Amino acid sequence: MAWYSKAITEKKQQIKSLWVRCKKCQSHIWQEEWHNNLNVCPHCNYHGSITAYERINLIFDEGTFNELFASISPVDSLGFNDLKGSYKDKIEANKKKSGISEAVITGEGKINGIRAVAAVMDFRFLGGSLGSGTGEKILQAANFAFEQEIPYIVFSASGGARMQEGVLSLMQMAKTCAGVARLNKKDIPFISVLTNPTTGGVTASYAMMGDLNISEPGAVIGFAGRRVIEQTIGEKLPDDFQTAEYLLEHGFIDSIVTRKDMKKYLSQVLSYYNR
Amino acid sequence: MAVASSLKVLTSDKSKHKLNGSTKGKQLSAWEIVKISRHPQRPVFQDYLHSVFTDFVELHGDRYYGDDKAIVGGFATIGGIKVMIIGHNKGKNTEQHVERNFGMAKPEGYRKALRLMKLAQRFNLPVVTIIDTPGAFPGLEAEERGQAESIAKNITEMAALEVPVISLVIGEGGSGGALGIGVGDKIIMLSNAIYSVISPEGCASILWRDAKFAPDAAQALNLTAERLLHHEVIDEIIKEPGEGAHTDYEKIADAVKKSLVKNLKTLSAIPVDILLDKRFQKYSAMGKFAGF
Repeated sequence: MAWYSKAITEKKQQIKSLWVRCKKCQSHIWQEEWHNNLNVCPHCNYHGSITAYERINLIFDEGTFNELFASISPVDSLGFNDLKGSYKDKIEANKKKSGISEAVITGEGKINGIRAVAAVMDFRFLGGSLGSGTGEKILQAANFAFEQEIPYIVFSASGGARMQEGVLSLMQMAKTCAGVARLNKKDIPFISVLTNPTTGGVTASYAMMGDLNISEPGAVIGFAGRRVIEQTIGEKLPDDFQTAEYLLEHGFIDSIVTRKDMKKYLSQVLSYYNR
Repeated sequence: MAVASSLKVLTSDKSKHKLNGSTKGKQLSAWEIVKISRHPQRPVFQDYLHSVFTDFVELHGDRYYGDDKAIVGGFATIGGIKVMIIGHNKGKNTEQHVERNFGMAKPEGYRKALRLMKLAQRFNLPVVTIIDTPGAFPGLEAEERGQAESIAKNITEMAALEVPVISLVIGEGGSGGALGIGVGDKIIMLSNAIYSVISPEGCASILWRDAKFAPDAAQALNLTAERLLHHEVIDEIIKEPGEGAHTDYEKIADAVKKSLVKNLKTLSAIPVDILLDKRFQKYSAMGKFAGF
């Protein structure tokens, strides 16, 4: 019996790995088709998550991206332990799982020939949470853009501040915004691309501070969690609450751009930078 | 959730907040300090406004939407020094708590604060901010009007504000809601105040899957003044009298006045370009990480 159930499990896993189920419309899509469509559902246009390096490949001209500040990684400076173990162990597990050492990849490259600095968040690493290392990389990249006087683009994908670093993570909001403030002073463009999800402390800091705020369709963007708000006001929220479309309607983002058009859009708006 | 828990904390029976035995001289746990920081008799913004400052001229409104009573601000004088004072005001009793939304500000509160900071820059007045909030208000309208944007904007603008900024945490420093008026040259905390990325209850319900583990979360979060001084997040601690600020309003007012006057004098002597450079360096150095 054991070999039989094992064989079924294996077969099921095989089938599962061939198909991707869309989180929005629930339709099954061939893995290959899903991937060729940039992890976007061909039926409902749901924009699934992609890794930081996948996004970099989509945005930057081939062979032009030069990664910077790659050696920065988190430390468990508070000795934080919860029910599921230590933050230290979580860091190691996330490094192993994702193959990256922080929740953001930073570097410079060319977008249709235009030089730009980018910080691209990766949700796989501790939910894209903003820790000290994350903040440091985002600030260092801003400083690099400041010194080189070239535009800065941040792609956010984050649940918010990293609780396991306590107030040190909260202070990363101030640290990253201090970098944005310097760019503002020198009139260096800062473009914020908010992808699914961008919430909490990340939304309440650099992600909302773009000269242009751009989003992908359907991305969840907000400050407080949906459940917390529902408990506060004691009623259910509309379905489109805290989506990119909702924010566009309320005046907080400039445009919703699909993944396949993002590179063209960014190079187009950057081509207007006349300094 | 935030409203409900604050209501409970602020209006519940006094005896609940009584700590076991005397707290004098003994090391308090993080959770005991959380309870003192939320004590219903703890002095709030309006107490300090009357005991430490004189000649207050309140200024209202954000010029876009309304006047948020959770944040109060205006011109004031302290020890002969003219300043712009801005702070969360929780209020003193149930009626005031409700009127002032327990010190939980909405976007119009943060925008009023920013307007007053810009005004301070125009008038060349130092800014003193008083922090005491469970957090920014988590409601539908707040999100609709850009809670995140209003906080982000304040944080960014405060980093470059061309006058000295001192932030004093008198009670609860609740996450982004606190930081939204909390970026400055000197960050000071009362010894039983707290400053945290998330409430201990919120953290416990996520990482411990149960809010009753709040005391464990409080310990883990390093949210006390003493721990934050150690991690170089804050610059100074004002020691509270007796069993906490609520036990001696006069003494704590004296200590707060002394500290603010001293820091205002020091900061006002620094040329503004150096002040801004130091502020940038201060925030650049926040946090600990490996590999650079």
